[in-house]
Amino acid sequence: MLKIADTSFSSRLFVGTGKFASAGLMKQAIEASGTRMVTVALRRVDLDNPEDDIMVHLDRETIHFLPNTSGARNAAEAIRLAHLARAASNTSWLKLEVTPDPRTLLPDPVDTLKATEELVREGFIVLPYINADPILALRLQDAGAAAVMPLGAPIGTNQGIQTAMQIRIIIDQARVPVVVDAGIGAPSHAAQAMEMGADAVLVNTAIAVAEDPVRMARAFRQAVEAGRSAFEAGLGPVATDASASSPTQGLIDEDLDFLK
Amino acid sequence: MDSEANSTRRPAFQPPDFPVLRRQLERCTARDVERALGRGTCSQDDLIALLSPAADPFLTRMAARSRELTRVRFGRITQLYAPLYLSNYCINRCQYCGFSADNRIPRRALSLEEAESEAEILRQRGFQHILLVSGEAPGRLGVDYLEQVARRLRDKFASLSIEVQPLGTGDYSRLFRSGITGVAIYQETYDRQLYSRVHLAGPKCDFDHRLRTPARAAAAGMREIGIGALLGLADWRCEGIALGMHLAWLRKHFWQTGFTVSFPRLRPAAGEFAPLQEVSEKNLSQLIFALRIFDPDVGLILSTREEQRYRDGMLGLGPTRYSAGSCTAPGGYASGDHDGEQFSIGDRRSVEEVCAAIRDRGFDPVSKDWDREFQRI
Amino acid sequence: MRQMNILCNGRQQELSDNTSLLDLLRELRLPPDTVVAEVNRRIIEPDQYGELQLQDGDRVELIRFVGGG
Repeated sequence: MLKIADTSFSSRLFVGTGKFASAGLMKQAIEASGTRMVTVALRRVDLDNPEDDIMVHLDRETIHFLPNTSGARNAAEAIRLAHLARAASNTSWLKLEVTPDPRTLLPDPVDTLKATEELVREGFIVLPYINADPILALRLQDAGAAAVMPLGAPIGTNQGIQTAMQIRIIIDQARVPVVVDAGIGAPSHAAQAMEMGADAVLVNTAIAVAEDPVRMARAFRQAVEAGRSAFEAGLGPVATDASASSPTQGLIDEDLDFLK
Repeated sequence: MDSEANSTRRPAFQPPDFPVLRRQLERCTARDVERALGRGTCSQDDLIALLSPAADPFLTRMAARSRELTRVRFGRITQLYAPLYLSNYCINRCQYCGFSADNRIPRRALSLEEAESEAEILRQRGFQHILLVSGEAPGRLGVDYLEQVARRLRDKFASLSIEVQPLGTGDYSRLFRSGITGVAIYQETYDRQLYSRVHLAGPKCDFDHRLRTPARAAAAGMREIGIGALLGLADWRCEGIALGMHLAWLRKHFWQTGFTVSFPRLRPAAGEFAPLQEVSEKNLSQLIFALRIFDPDVGLILSTREEQRYRDGMLGLGPTRYSAGSCTAPGGYASGDHDGEQFSIGDRRSVEEVCAAIRDRGFDPVSKDWDREFQRI
Repeated sequence: MRQMNILCNGRQQELSDNTSLLDLLRELRLPPDTVVAEVNRRIIEPDQYGELQLQDGDRVELIRFVGGG
């Protein structure tokens, strides 16, 4: 069972709530996904549409909330949003996003680390969203991050796991759960991440903008389960450069003749 | 001063249970070994397979894989170092060691000047990496002395390491500031029962204190930690697994530290201790190859305990660091005397001869791999 | 009754004097337990909404959760 900080999750698929055509569809998709944690963002209330409130469509009894700091361009803004998130959600859980570039929405490593250090001190349970930088992941763990969330590809691109090699290193070195976030465009990408050993994945765009988001959510659920099962079952050898060490191509028995 | 209290966040390394390991080793099949060799990564289960009897027929393939990994990661480089024995006084009674307190050997502890002279001889031979070694006798050789030795030698060598009694984190910090950047501390055996049988008296009897030493040294900021097991005590296959597990644990908790593993194989010594297990050269090679496959980045040390023929044969197949022209008796470089040595040397060649052999094989003997200028306190 | 001006979510808002934060929320038809309120960069505890009297020139931010990834 996946455990982050002190909370267990029966599903390794986390779902974002943005970009859905309607709140109703969002709610159905979330249900179909089987997820136990969704992300939400913080924005100014739309004063012209005061009744517009996503919270009526989400059941806090069954779903864990992970507020994000999307929109923050630096550590100070992220920290401010974190305080608002804590006040709004009554939890200390936070997906830390510091994205100064509105075009790529790539995360700022320096301010992410800075904000993490401060927020951990203030008692937040911080899940930082980062580029797949293994050293940064280690620094964040040293700082007390409850998990790390490396991207597979930039937000919304649906490009899949472009950062596979670095994510493998992060997973190999991690002392906290690794949640692959951003860029997962298809269930096969999610399965790939899970097969690599990721502890969970976060998917938003791929579900929200699908023709049939509910069906897509179900597909992602299956993919995440399949990928995790495969990982736990122990994937078989892949023909890699290791084939070069077959006896015909490497050493021959005589080369070890020096051994007594 | 032991800052174990400071590391309360971190749990201690749990050594494996040897009888459990033996059962796991016996269950391994040729298919498990094929799996371990066929994958791009090597898990702990794969390491067990590679050390199991089922892997014995696969030695050539393991050698090939080990060679490939070593070449990619380390190039065609062999790093040279020299041990400098500062003292052979020892308050421990360890059955297998020439320095054991109950062995009648000439005892000597070098003065600071003598240590400097020995070091100068090594420097002139071209060594840039020195391992300062001593028996355990804090009354004769303590942190103050080591600190002073370090200060005298730090400007003359690219790096200084120590292989002395276990110290506290505070002591290691002090020594790091004086110029020591590496600590070697071998558990000797990870088999708790056997450990208590061969360590008869002295502080070394404390298995756990010794086991936690690499973590203390790493926490103090030492750049490189050397772990190892003495082959010939417990089952070498189990020691290999334990070494792999210890290494993986250390890497996880100290990601900024470099590591080496050493495999001293019991040799004749004063006290006539016969190895409890026979470990052949083939066994030693299998251990080296398995560890290389398990951890492509770890430094692997082959000392002059082993014979010339073996050391030359292993060049490029896994080991990355060699000692040369070694003397294990304090003051032995100046006197040429081997009385009071810790173990007798297998490879007695001079450093020039070892370098020539290394070059002959198409490798580059490197005496300097690190520059003290980069160590900023 | 005198009027005062505040900035609410970046928008000028004219309010009568003696308006509490709770009053403002009611006027905006926002159930108090669905928003987080910041007045002059200070987060206000929900049980203080009724007590907090708004002043001329106050900057109020009313925040709530929305969909996001």
